[in-house]
Amino acid sequence: MSRTALIAVPATATIALLLAGCVPNNPASTGSGAAAAPLTVAIDDTSCAVSASTATAGTLTFSLTNSGTDVNEFEILAEDQLRIVGEKENLAPAQTIDYTVQLNPGTYYTACKFQLIGEPIGLTEFTVTGDAVAVDADTKQLADAAAANYVGYLKDQVGQLTPAVQKLVDAYESGDDDTARALFASTRVFYERIEPTAEAFGDLDPKIDYREVDALAEGLDWTGFHRIEKDLWAPKSGDLNSDDTDALAGWAPSTPAERKKLGDQLVADVAQLNQLVTASDFTVGLADISNGAIGLLDEVATSKISGEEDWWSHTDLSDFEANVQGADVAYGYVRDIAAARGDEGAKLVKEIDTQFAALDALLATYGSIDAGFTPYDEVTEAQRKQLSDQVNALAEPLSNLTQAVLGKA
Amino acid sequence: MTGTPAPSDKTDAAPSDETDAASAASVEAANPAHVSRRGLLGLIGAGAAGLAVGGAGGAAIAAGVASATGATGSATYPFFGTHQAGIVTPAQDRLHFAAFDMAASATRDDLVALLTDWTDAAARMTQGLEVGDGATGAQYAPPDDTGEAVGLPASGLTITFGFGPTLFETAAGVDRFGIAGRRPPELADLPRFLGDDLDPARSGGDLCIQACADDPQVAVHAIRNLSRIAFGRAVIRWSQLGFGRTSSTSTSQTTPRNLFGFKDGTANLKAEDTAEVNEHVWVGGDSWLAGGSYLVARRIRMQIEVWDRQQLVDQEQTIGRDKREGGPLSGGTEFTAPNFHRTLADGSPAIPTDAHVRLAHPSNNGGAALLRRGYNFTDGTDALGRLDAGLFFITFQSSPEAFVTVQRSLATDALNEYIQHVGSAVFAVPPGATTGSYVGAGLFS
Repeated sequence: MSRTALIAVPATATIALLLAGCVPNNPASTGSGAAAAPLTVAIDDTSCAVSASTATAGTLTFSLTNSGTDVNEFEILAEDQLRIVGEKENLAPAQTIDYTVQLNPGTYYTACKFQLIGEPIGLTEFTVTGDAVAVDADTKQLADAAAANYVGYLKDQVGQLTPAVQKLVDAYESGDDDTARALFASTRVFYERIEPTAEAFGDLDPKIDYREVDALAEGLDWTGFHRIEKDLWAPKSGDLNSDDTDALAGWAPSTPAERKKLGDQLVADVAQLNQLVTASDFTVGLADISNGAIGLLDEVATSKISGEEDWWSHTDLSDFEANVQGADVAYGYVRDIAAARGDEGAKLVKEIDTQFAALDALLATYGSIDAGFTPYDEVTEAQRKQLSDQVNALAEPLSNLTQAVLGKA
Repeated sequence: MTGTPAPSDKTDAAPSDETDAASAASVEAANPAHVSRRGLLGLIGAGAAGLAVGGAGGAAIAAGVASATGATGSATYPFFGTHQAGIVTPAQDRLHFAAFDMAASATRDDLVALLTDWTDAAARMTQGLEVGDGATGAQYAPPDDTGEAVGLPASGLTITFGFGPTLFETAAGVDRFGIAGRRPPELADLPRFLGDDLDPARSGGDLCIQACADDPQVAVHAIRNLSRIAFGRAVIRWSQLGFGRTSSTSTSQTTPRNLFGFKDGTANLKAEDTAEVNEHVWVGGDSWLAGGSYLVARRIRMQIEVWDRQQLVDQEQTIGRDKREGGPLSGGTEFTAPNFHRTLADGSPAIPTDAHVRLAHPSNNGGAALLRRGYNFTDGTDALGRLDAGLFFITFQSSPEAFVTVQRSLATDALNEYIQHVGSAVFAVPPGATTGSYVGAGLFS
């Protein structure tokens, strides 16, 4: 997840076209790329070898062969290595299948996903050259493909969240607090990127991500990431909660048995989230995607800027970055549709691109998800205002995205 | 004054509403396409000729062409004209003042676009109209106007824009917008005065907006919408609410009181004194600032609790005026000129040598006169339980030097025991925008 790759996304003039493999296109009908040598992908449990690293824009066909021991998945990611622009799931062992996708010029990454979950395997750069295909904003195909690929992206993130949470919980339950602390921020990233989706599932987000003050206010059992966080960065006498109450009042370090219960609960809740997003009837609409982007920025503006989210670990900037990445990815799915809505749409997209780039650049001065960020308690009020100003600068045009995407009054 | 139902005064954006002032209707006419806030650039050069109706007075002062509507006395002031409104306009009851800094990434084009968008929105709001496409519209986008002023009359709203020294050149000497060469030499940070305890977070700013209205909700609505329009181009550096005017700027107004309980602004410049106003308020010559003015803002914290414990005689001697009537201690009624030479039986001056009225008086300052337009403020209480209250002092003058002269005289003011200047800013206030153009256009031509 390199920062530079992400920054490059909004600046790219032609974002990857979104037509996925689920749309049956005739390879012979469009694009010169189709005439090139067919692309083959040799897949097994630990590798994902594509026969070429470049192609010409247009409709591309990948011949996928799974020679591994269990189901696999082939996916094409945008330059940010987050946004899925096409995927083919459920490749059975010994199966060969043609997968067709339309790609505009740009930098992509190919990868496979053994057993459809966890980190991408064999992540490899794939370059597409040539001319971009014009976009018609009202093409149903385009909307369908965006929605399908967004679901694919959500599944991908939850699929990476699942093993990451297991690792974190293993360390937490076994009392290996150093390891757990080191994993805390990077694990949350997968969740924070798709938070609005989790929130849409009613009671899951409260169980996974509620802060102590929220749980208390709603009379809920306090579970999830932040309960674990307080054990890992335990308060000292005199420390205050985010609502200025005594941090030790009504709180005690979890016993090993309690840790086991809390850890297992988080694993179970994330498993349930995974079940929900992988269900065959789980779908999203264009407005959900666009509103997801807007919602993530609102999330930043309300709870990240204030430093209330990760009160004990001060890893707020990592969540901040993940929220922004998630917003950027969601935006990427509907960007071309908005851009095709006349001059106003083009102007809006240009403004959003500019402000995403500015926010990315500003955040990069504090670190990265890979390298870690400045602890938020070391970020001064003046710096927080600067971050807040830039969030506002982005959120304001972004708030008009849904209208632009839907294109109706 | 506020909250009075006035159905006949309703001046929201409905184009069919024919009860509006002519100027209101003409702003609507100037914006027939209902361009969105993001598309306001197009307003330049749009058929805005109708706007001249409100500003037809030309050189006439804004107060002279106000059109009061209805029995509530809710006034509507033209936005376009020779001078910006909100200076010699009879001081309204409420203030929301905001200082902005330009975004680090902002270009000259961004600045011009911002001023253009601000001008359009201000022209609409001052006529009681909604911003852009209004407070309702497309279902899946946030409305252009935030909506809290829907149904309220214009309430005498004036919106006055100013440019701070840092807009021309940053403290580090960077000319971000290619206008450093056009900075008037007078436009510079004020010198440090004895007793200043300035908070940088409440001082300075690249730009300012003064919104005054007789309804606080209307004034806040103006700043809120203008700052929203600025997101990405400029951000609020600080802002200040004022709840009671402390000066009269027209002979038609009674003299209000400041939080010390004394009448304030008795000897203020008045809009009706055209010659005085021309000499002391408006910048002359033919520069881009001609017809404009300089705005000085000072946040003056009052030691309210200490003041309230002072004996009446001490309070009156500190100010130099009688508390109830406001007459000078040298005798007479409120508007009697103070006689600084008059002595009491014991030979001491009737108006003490360190009395505020003596030190601030033009006769003590080489004739320097200011048009004061300040407001009382209370921002709740501080950590010690003291009222965080005082005077948000605003003056307009043809050169900041006039303020500096008076403020230096006040170094020995007896009042200093009870006040502290905690915020300071100076801005060049460009002349009024002509119809179809934008505030400050002369600076960029």
